[in-house]
Amino acid sequence: MKLPALLATLVTGALLLYGTADFAVWGDPKSPPNSNISVHYVEQAVKETHVPNIVTAILGDYRGYDTMFELVVIYCAGMAVMGILRRREDS
Amino acid sequence: MKITSHEARERISHRDTILETTVRLMIPFIQLYGLYVIVHGHYSPGGGFQGGVVLGASLIMFALAFGLTASKNYMTESLNIIIANAGALIFTGIAALCALLGGMFLDYSVLANILPIDPISWRSHGIFLVEVGVGMGVMTIMISIYWDMASAGRLDEGL
Amino acid sequence: MEGIVAEIMAKYNYWIYVVLMMIGFYAMIGKRNLVKKLLGMNIFQTSIILFFVSTGAKKGGSIPILDKQAALQGAVDVNLVVNPLPHVLMLTAIVVGVSVTGVALAVMLRIYRKYGTLEEDEILHKIETE
Repeated sequence: MKLPALLATLVTGALLLYGTADFAVWGDPKSPPNSNISVHYVEQAVKETHVPNIVTAILGDYRGYDTMFELVVIYCAGMAVMGILRRREDS
Repeated sequence: MKITSHEARERISHRDTILETTVRLMIPFIQLYGLYVIVHGHYSPGGGFQGGVVLGASLIMFALAFGLTASKNYMTESLNIIIANAGALIFTGIAALCALLGGMFLDYSVLANILPIDPISWRSHGIFLVEVGVGMGVMTIMISIYWDMASAGRLDEGL
Repeated sequence: MEGIVAEIMAKYNYWIYVVLMMIGFYAMIGKRNLVKKLLGMNIFQTSIILFFVSTGAKKGGSIPILDKQAALQGAVDVNLVVNPLPHVLMLTAIVVGVSVTGVALAVMLRIYRKYGTLEEDEILHKIETE
């Protein structure tokens, strides 16, 4: 049990490290994650929403669906904890 | 040696003056800070999630110091669930209201048809209203999860 | 050799995330205690969060909270503001993590109430002998 787990972990880690060879250098402003939609957010978010904190602007406006279902997820988690723990027949 | 939770509770049932006084003094400041974090989400790091967690932590701290039943006198369970539902309904209600007023779902600028101010300012205010809903939901669900977890669903005394 | 060292130094954030992910992954598949598995999942999740946030970093960049007047006039240098998108995504991921941890702990409480243990093999043994 222990040895196969360790081997699987090491193989996975080696594959991930091999994959990082194609990733962008740390702190590069021109890397792919930093050069597509986020440029529009940084330049236009304050003009379009009047919110200086760009994270809040994206969270509440551009990605409002994400935040809304986020709230649904945490609501469902609370209901699930109640449903799991408040059953009395087996105690 | 295995002790039951009832015996463990008997051992720690005495009240601690230092702990209770400290918690009583700290809770107003923690709640004020939680409200500050929610309200200042536009201008500083913060927002609904973070402020809601801070507000929930204040009541969890109360429950840890004074006991779970004492905390249920301040925030009853039905009130807790009502606030959680209200938080979720504020978010989805504002989003649906935008759609009913003829805009896109979650496009707050059409709320200017109700209260005529600058549509771009309405985006800012809409984000704030939504953050309040998120804060209410997160706060109450955190408290609810703590109550259920600490007392294994019985909601009597817990830790 | 120097080329490899320079490559590692340029991408050390990915090495940190891979090492954290390996720790979490080993705890998830190698440990028998359910609480240890959950802790491993939390470490795994932390590594993912670290990875996402580190992809948004820019050398010399400041926090993504702008001066409102300067931003309204368009005087914002994109290269000096950290990418805000990974921060938003990970903010929601952290909340999902808290929810998942809560539900998982509740399920473990039920398992403990029914079988009296949280060791995986003992639970399996009790299920088989019932």
